[in-house]
Amino acid sequence: MSLLIVEIEALTKVYESRLRVVAVDGIDLELTQGEIFGLLGPNGAGKTTTISIATTRTLPTSGTVRIAGIDVVQHPAHARRHIGVVPQFNTLDRSLTVYENLYFHCRYFGFSHSQAKARALELLGQFMLSERKGMYPAQLSGGLAQRVQIARAIAHRPTVLFLDEPSAGLDPQSRMAMWSAVEGLRSEGITVLLTTHYMEEAESLSDRLAIIDYGKVLALGTPEKLKQTFGAQTIFDLKLKAQDGLESLVAAVKTLPDVTGAEITGDGLRVVAANSDGLLPILVQAAAGHGLRDLTVTEPSLETVFIQLTGRDLRE
Amino acid sequence: MNKAGIREQGSGISGPRPATLGSGLGLGFFLIAFWGLFLRDLRVLTREFHTFLLRVGMQPLLFLFVFTFILPRMGGGNPIAVGGGADFGTILLPGLMAVAIMFSGIAAVALPLSSEFGITREIDDRVMCPLPLWAVALEKVCFSALQSIIAALLVIPMAYYIPAVPVRADVHNWFLLALVLVLASLLAGSLGLVIGSTVNPKQIGLIFSIIVVPITFLGCVYYPWARLDKIPWLQIGVLFNPIVYMSEGLRASVTPGIAHMPWWAILVALVFFTAALGKWGLRGFLGRVLS
Repeated sequence: MSLLIVEIEALTKVYESRLRVVAVDGIDLELTQGEIFGLLGPNGAGKTTTISIATTRTLPTSGTVRIAGIDVVQHPAHARRHIGVVPQFNTLDRSLTVYENLYFHCRYFGFSHSQAKARALELLGQFMLSERKGMYPAQLSGGLAQRVQIARAIAHRPTVLFLDEPSAGLDPQSRMAMWSAVEGLRSEGITVLLTTHYMEEAESLSDRLAIIDYGKVLALGTPEKLKQTFGAQTIFDLKLKAQDGLESLVAAVKTLPDVTGAEITGDGLRVVAANSDGLLPILVQAAAGHGLRDLTVTEPSLETVFIQLTGRDLRE
Repeated sequence: MNKAGIREQGSGISGPRPATLGSGLGLGFFLIAFWGLFLRDLRVLTREFHTFLLRVGMQPLLFLFVFTFILPRMGGGNPIAVGGGADFGTILLPGLMAVAIMFSGIAAVALPLSSEFGITREIDDRVMCPLPLWAVALEKVCFSALQSIIAALLVIPMAYYIPAVPVRADVHNWFLLALVLVLASLLAGSLGLVIGSTVNPKQIGLIFSIIVVPITFLGCVYYPWARLDKIPWLQIGVLFNPIVYMSEGLRASVTPGIAHMPWWAILVALVFFTAALGKWGLRGFLGRVLS
């Protein structure tokens, strides 16, 4: 039986000010032991608020969150023992070195001097930070600081790790390093909840993910299941030499099985299909008479699912 | 859900958790986390101990040097020296201790908190410690109290060696001195908590000019409260100033030969202001870390 590590039930958060803002509007989620779960949504969808409530830093308007069975509103201090957080911004202790950031974090969680020292040194090795143990946070690059933050967040061996927009502001190389650090947590059995508005990040890291917008869960499942359920489409872009008589080609292509749409583009033809199996040779043959120069196939992606569900682009 | 079951699963996570983590929700665990926070602050303080000494020592040092060493040597014709009187060093000692306590409390709580709440959000890691949020604030106040006590004690040797006319300190109630030192230091930390958690970092300089400096000058630091009897409205008005009780409390315990308020009134006022400012500061602190 898989254990429920995070249970979010009918969670709402309403900010009552001059403008009434419903940040979270009835979210239900359950995370089981050891899974990496992604919350995908555009900025302002309610991801960070959900994480803030789950990590005891924001009080919900209604609903409950239990971490390892502990209610975060009733017993926040107790729940925090099970929680590791990597916030959106660098919150490393500027007065302490990298090593001391890890060491004192362990002391906060009841480690003895020798336990804390051993754990800090172990993490420095694991995250390839040993050479920088004496540096101060202000001397670290964004990518390195993020690695220290992840190391610090798991230092007390939490049951669940929350990563809020972990790759925001990182260069591509640091992002890859961060992803592999998160992948590495799998072997430790830590449950991970991450928020992101990067498709690739959600798709490559998450075992399951929820697409949220306007504080509601719109879809939930494995990336593959989401793509299947919401009929993500394969797109074929054909570049053609001869542009004449394309209308008849469009008409012909539209009659092919699984093809859901076809249109003329600037330099050829775009064909959208629900299922790409066996379609490629047929399209190549059909376009042969028009001088096919190039063909690009875009596999179904979460991006198309997201646009279909919300009607807007993730980066809006 | 079975808590033991989770812990069992948790132990599958590489390496053992420290034994204390399994000991339930008790006060012991909070104390250990509290101690961890205290150790962190101690580490930062000891690393910068020289700058700490300079910061808290410079003002009383110069004050004593100018008012009790230079001016008296300028001769009896000097109006400032005459105004202070021969006993000025003795009047000044408890007052300067009170100022050291207050500035130290503000420097140790208000300044770091205001930047931690503002740009850096460093407070987040300490807020995520496994102890109630009020205890995180309490730790700040307690640690600042420690610094305040060091700062106050530092004034005593200075007051012995610098003044031209010897200071007549006469402590015979050590218990009262300890009590006043601790209460005054906690009061200063609470005041720091109020300022740090309610004032915008950009306005912290302004707060020094419009609050910290006035309550110091009107805090019976440079004159005993009893001598204000010539200006009754001021004598009543300053009773709302918590610094008055810090100065008078130290006067009662360090230089009892100088006229001072009754000790019981001082203690009641110190407790009252500590509680009131502590409550106000805590409310501000919770408001900043919990939305």
